Amino acid sequence: MHIPDGYLSPATCGVFGAVMIPIWTAASKAVRKTLSVRQVPYLAIGAAFSFVIMMFNVPIPGGSTGHAVGGVLVAILIGPWAACIAVTVALVIQALLFGDGGITAIGANCFNMAFVLPFVGYYVYKLISLNSPAGSNRRIIAAGAGAYAGIALAALCAGIEFGLQPLLYHKANGQALYSPYGLNVAVPAMVLVHLLVFGWVEVIVTALVVKYLQKQNAVFFEGGRS
Amino acid sequence: MTLTRKLWTGIGAFIILSPLGLILPDHFKAGPAWGEWGVEEIQKMTGYVPQGLQSLSERWKAPLPDYTFQGWEGQDLVHLSFAYIISAVAGIAIIAGVALCIGKVLATEHE
Repeated sequence: MHIPDGYLSPATCGVFGAVMIPIWTAASKAVRKTLSVRQVPYLAIGAAFSFVIMMFNVPIPGGSTGHAVGGVLVAILIGPWAACIAVTVALVIQALLFGDGGITAIGANCFNMAFVLPFVGYYVYKLISLNSPAGSNRRIIAAGAGAYAGIALAALCAGIEFGLQPLLYHKANGQALYSPYGLNVAVPAMVLVHLLVFGWVEVIVTALVVKYLQKQNAVFFEGGRS
Repeated sequence: MTLTRKLWTGIGAFIILSPLGLILPDHFKAGPAWGEWGVEEIQKMTGYVPQGLQSLSERWKAPLPDYTFQGWEGQDLVHLSFAYIISAVAGIAIIAGVALCIGKVLATEHE
């Protein structure tokens, strides 16, 4: 889901950069209010976790690869705004150091994976878990459902961003200037592989870690905010 | 052992296992993620390289491109796995450092 340089027009990149600036500002304000000093290590662990889980490329035999993002788990544990910051740090370093995701596409990639994914995942988790006990199985199911919804919606956004490019930017002879596939190809391609394969990796990782942490430190799940 | 130490140990285990993310796609002959093709692959798929894409892509020379060392693209899986683990360690060291700094700056006024 890491859009490389050249797939989005400079204007598209500018729009998503402009959209992310108020989100990052709001995230730092929210985190300033809610993050306690003893939670700071979890911000770092969350960013590290998201980075390393994205290195596990899962193959579709003979097809493409994809990976989990881990951002929903981070959002459940330290809140969606802190998760936004944690995943942003991971995405920026991936782009700068490893060329994974474009420098110009950092805004779009952060919108998909550091904003849509953790927020959708977090609110689906909240909605399903409601006031269930911190150690309940219902919370594990809610976490899994949140993970699935979060990565699917993020993939949908990436598909739309890819798919709009040839509609908006093409030469007189019909050749695309940036990403070459339209919405009819890009959206199903992005959404289906995440619904069928990579979304389940996100679900399993999220549910397993939530189950583990319920036993270790149920404080993570009391009232949604530890 | 404190919980943070346990979680860092878990991250360490993920780092050691990370070459699976390289070996499994190779074994099952899976290509890159959708929309993350190089220009040669796009040329093959569509018969042309979009002009804007060509001029914007590959402008940034990442120090560790695709989680390996520069010039190591054709290496065997053992070498690539080694580079992958080094990349994971380097990436996590920087990311954790940056996140800790941001967290410290933002969380100071709270307690």
